[in-house]
Amino acid sequence: MTAESEQKSDQVISIENLSLTFQTSDAPVHALADIDLQVEQGAFVSLIGPSGCGKTTLLRVIADLETPTSGAISVNGVTPHEARLQRAYGYVFQAASLYPWRNIAKNVALPLEIMSLPKAERERRIKANLELVDLAGFEKKYPWQLSGGMQQRASIARALAVEPALLLMDEPFGALDEIVRDHLNEQLLQLWAKTSKTVVFVTHSIPEAVFLSTHIVVMSPRPGRIHEIIVNDLPAERTLDVRETPEFLQIANRVRAGLRASHSYDDIT
Amino acid sequence: MTTSPEEARPVVKPKPGKAGPVMVVLLALMMLWYVFTVILNTPWQKDVFKRADNKDWNMVELVKGTMAQERPVLPAPHQVATEIYKTTVQKKITSKRSLIYHSRITLTTALLGFLLGTLLGIALAVAIIHNRALDKSLMPWIIASQTIPILAIAPMIIVVLNAVGIQGLLPKAFISTYLSFFPVAVGMVKGLRSPESSHLDLLRTYNASPSQIFWKLRLPSALPYLFTSMKIAVAIAMVGAIVGELPTGAVAGLGARLLAGSYYGQTIQIWSALIMASILAALLVTLVGLVGAWVQARFGFRETQLSGKGI
Repeated sequence: MTAESEQKSDQVISIENLSLTFQTSDAPVHALADIDLQVEQGAFVSLIGPSGCGKTTLLRVIADLETPTSGAISVNGVTPHEARLQRAYGYVFQAASLYPWRNIAKNVALPLEIMSLPKAERERRIKANLELVDLAGFEKKYPWQLSGGMQQRASIARALAVEPALLLMDEPFGALDEIVRDHLNEQLLQLWAKTSKTVVFVTHSIPEAVFLSTHIVVMSPRPGRIHEIIVNDLPAERTLDVRETPEFLQIANRVRAGLRASHSYDDIT
Repeated sequence: MTTSPEEARPVVKPKPGKAGPVMVVLLALMMLWYVFTVILNTPWQKDVFKRADNKDWNMVELVKGTMAQERPVLPAPHQVATEIYKTTVQKKITSKRSLIYHSRITLTTALLGFLLGTLLGIALAVAIIHNRALDKSLMPWIIASQTIPILAIAPMIIVVLNAVGIQGLLPKAFISTYLSFFPVAVGMVKGLRSPESSHLDLLRTYNASPSQIFWKLRLPSALPYLFTSMKIAVAIAMVGAIVGELPTGAVAGLGARLLAGSYYGQTIQIWSALIMASILAALLVTLVGLVGAWVQARFGFRETQLSGKGI
């Protein structure tokens, strides 16, 4: 997880000295500055920080949805562009982004159709992944017939159907209420334990980040940079009760302190 | 956290009846029409009484008279209805005095023009959204094309096409095309550009090809826009067909009936042709609406989603 990590082969994502500047009409916006980040195989990395700290932009750079201005980045040992062409990752957006004219099964089928998989294989993956997110029996429902939490689970199933080793998630539960969010956090953790995928997870919730992650990347805004990387040594097997333990609160406090120390709240209006 | 299908939100489809309000408006319009029939035809009716040396006419006679003239300024609704009945039910379809005979000609023209216009509109929209240069160069001309009064350009189209040997149905249909391609082109450009950026990003993460993006995202997103513009297009295709019949010497078609009616002051004939044209247009718009609803239902669209988009 640190820059001096020696076994490069284990790195799913390797970012060195990366910067991204958006040219706007009045002044350039430094969305990301001097980012160094290594993500190991099987890690669950949360990017946390206030609005405008570039956490979503960083995720989009990894996904080749944005192009960095300078610096080096590799995903699975190749450039993000090549990784995207290989469909090396699954991306879960902030909104479920389901196509309203497709039912749930057809929505999960979308990437599989694009990959031109044979019908039998498509159906196997749809069934398996909908079961994984507890949506078996909802194949024929349309997105608008499902609750927000169910929609987001369907979009996770869609991302998993590609069978990527890397999952990029951009505040997937940000729009959901606390109770649903707790449930989904627990489910996501079980899913991660079951599938041993590498996850990069953007959030602005401290409890969520501490509950889910093996590593918490604290970011600060203007320019967006990494303030601190906190290794979460809570046991891998976690239930929601872990949030009451002193160890959990201690890590949460470290994250909070990190966010404060980066002065990220001073200039938020 | 197990969820069963029953937990999914139920489908609620409130369907308030439209027939009531429509009938109220229709009744109000009819009453207004009768009032104006009396007002507008009164001077002529007074003349009639004067010429007949009838000095002691009363109100009832006057009102009755205004609704029974042969060439009234404004025929009463029932006069128009009678005329339509006479020229549809009571005439052979092949008769030149049959309104159905004329309607069929105009309808054929309008439908051919509408079909060509829709295809042209879709083709232009697809070209425009895939090519920046075409977007900049074509769109202003498409808009400019509609600023030319159709009555001015229609005879030109007929004359020019006639000179190159195209006669009959096609020149008239082209005028319908000229009018109806516009809403389709504009609506489809908007529709094909309607997908949210996250929907587009999603396909990018799958490394989808441009044609996959078109067929799996842009086209389905554009369907509600397409059918809305097609409703407008089919109505003005009808207008185009009628206008196209005027400069051709008015041999046949509803336009011909209008022209012939105005030559001979046959206001009842004019009005019955007008009403027939609007009934046909209304039927066509309804038909396109039904086809659109069916296609979109097959695509899984929900009614409220469409109305949410202001469609």
